[in-house]
Amino acid sequence: MSNCVVKVEGLSKKYTLRHEQRERYTALRDVLTNKAKSLGRRMAAPFVRGSGPCTNSSQEEFWALKDVSFEIEQGDRVGIIGRNGAGKSTLLKVISRITEPTSGRVSMKGRVASLLEVGTGFHPELTGRENIFLNGAILGMSRAEIRRKFDEIVDFAEIERFLDTPVKRYSSGMYVRLAFAVAAHLEPEILLVDEVLAVGDIEFQKKCIGKMEKVSGDERTVIVVSHSMSTVKALCSKAMLLDRGVMKVMGQVDTVVAEYVGASKVDDAEKAISDKDHDPQGGTKMRVKQVKLLNGASNGFSVYWQQPISVAMDLEVFEDVDEVSFGAGIKMLDGTWVLSAHHDDYGARPRWAFAAGRYTIRFALQNNLRPGIYRLCVGAHHEHYMRNLFHLEPVNLEVLDHTQQGSVPFVYNPGIVNGSSNWETPERIG
Amino acid sequence: MSNPEEFDLVIEAGRTELHYWKDLWRYRELFYFLSWRDILVRYKQTVIGVAWSLVRPLLTMIVFTIVFGRLGKFPSGGVPYPILVFSAMLPWQFFANSLSESSMSLVGNANLISKVYFPRLVIPASSVIVGFVDFLISFALLIVLMMGYRFVPDWKVVTLPLFVAMAFGASFGVGLWLTSLNVEYRDFRYIVPFIVQFGLYISPVGFSSGVVPGKWRLLYSLNPMVGVIDGFRWAILGGETTLYGPGFLLSLAVIMVLLVTGIWYFRKTERTFADVI
Repeated sequence: MSNCVVKVEGLSKKYTLRHEQRERYTALRDVLTNKAKSLGRRMAAPFVRGSGPCTNSSQEEFWALKDVSFEIEQGDRVGIIGRNGAGKSTLLKVISRITEPTSGRVSMKGRVASLLEVGTGFHPELTGRENIFLNGAILGMSRAEIRRKFDEIVDFAEIERFLDTPVKRYSSGMYVRLAFAVAAHLEPEILLVDEVLAVGDIEFQKKCIGKMEKVSGDERTVIVVSHSMSTVKALCSKAMLLDRGVMKVMGQVDTVVAEYVGASKVDDAEKAISDKDHDPQGGTKMRVKQVKLLNGASNGFSVYWQQPISVAMDLEVFEDVDEVSFGAGIKMLDGTWVLSAHHDDYGARPRWAFAAGRYTIRFALQNNLRPGIYRLCVGAHHEHYMRNLFHLEPVNLEVLDHTQQGSVPFVYNPGIVNGSSNWETPERIG
Repeated sequence: MSNPEEFDLVIEAGRTELHYWKDLWRYRELFYFLSWRDILVRYKQTVIGVAWSLVRPLLTMIVFTIVFGRLGKFPSGGVPYPILVFSAMLPWQFFANSLSESSMSLVGNANLISKVYFPRLVIPASSVIVGFVDFLISFALLIVLMMGYRFVPDWKVVTLPLFVAMAFGASFGVGLWLTSLNVEYRDFRYIVPFIVQFGLYISPVGFSSGVVPGKWRLLYSLNPMVGVIDGFRWAILGGETTLYGPGFLLSLAVIMVLLVTGIWYFRKTERTFADVI
């Protein structure tokens, strides 16, 4: 408790959105009187406490943050994740004192520095050297400090040749490197970073993450907002999920990321599919009506460890079609393909022809996946015209970490699929 | 309930920032850096660079001497007309430039306001400092001018810093009002050039305030720059120049009021800047 460096209690932030009302009849007299009235109201606004909503333009309250509370200890590295519009940047802005909260309280201990944007205060006319001083001062470093770290900063940014060129001539990569180099040399006790790592090439991102890890290693607290789950997992020990202004969960980074990514964790064993789910490009010859898991584990669309994934797919065919090839596959929740297979791979079976009508197709996919949540994909091609008849990703599939009989000795091998290996007994050589 | 002594900083809605004035001290180097940036940027990629700071006051002085002195034949009270004009132009240019710069300063630095924290008072203050640097350069020009006319000021010139402080206060006070209003109501962008132009003719720059008839003199002194310019003239020109006491005190009072209320209004609206700008 005494180690707490950031404590947020019941934090809320409200914005007022104005909506113009469309007048049904626009008489000039009405337009003028309305304008005069609203002008009078606006001029008086700063002096009138709690001026109520206007009558001729409706106002809506928008709560960007709703009663957020959490505590962060010294040395924690916390990631804040959530969809766009969840309130992550607003939370950071309130903690950075850029905007005031509507209610609630934030208490902090130690020097705070926030990086909400790369290159804040950079002036395009000034040279790199001048901008280092300017940016450093704006971020809170003293002149002596900047001078002391000047060489390190230039070194980190790798722009020594261009130090005396106006920044407007820099390429975007150089700009970002310089901006981040200055920011990376801040030495605050608490560092807030908002999605700034999204820019720059891979090498640079690695360097930045390395630098930030070093920062947090020295008992500094880092709070990162990012959309990149890999960055958050690499950098943070804890994470917080925000959804439409409300904090949904805060805990170990893996748990929170899993919650965010697999939002609707497990679907039912039977999933109905509507016409809307189909991509219109596929045409209207064939539609999938239902996807059903056969012999799965009891709770929803789940299979046991290493149990083949047996699926029954109900189709409706509207037009006669031939030369059809079906496929099924598995994707990670972030869209990476894990595997796929077609019914006519390696000449296993010939392509099929269908007359209009309703059909059921059953297939089984081999399952060598590690426990986790994946996405099942099904598709059909019209090989003759090399076109998709449909391509769907209808359900989340869960692979459990035990068999129907019971637990499997738990093995933590990272990866998507299970590997197998053969090891020989070590032979002494010295 | 958190123990307030444990934490360095507590952020709460509507809480008076006792930290604010301490923060101003902590961020004092920003005053320098923002002014430095504005001055540097002005002369980037120019040929004659800093010399532009001299050209402007010099040309204005020449024009005014011709228009008001030779053509208008306004009395100069026994002092070389160029010096009469220049000693008034110094504070006026300071006021006008500071006003123009500081009234747009917040909106012009919107990118800083929405992304970084520092006490926002630094922004208009650094605009006034930039104006002050120009003032110093023009002051050097005045000294050259006085040497040219072999004009030696008397002891009263020692009081000059007081009038400089008054000019500072007037610029800052009005600047704060305008810049905070401009954030929400962008109309002020159009009002400011008008104030500056209008003010140039009603302030005693091109003429001496002795020209104003006696019964209007007090009312005339409601214009804060009247007190400042009169004071400047009194300090620099010395000799016969008198300072109209009541008028001066009125101008001084107006400046104090503007400064205090300016700071009050600025602090009041500051918390909404990032949301509105």
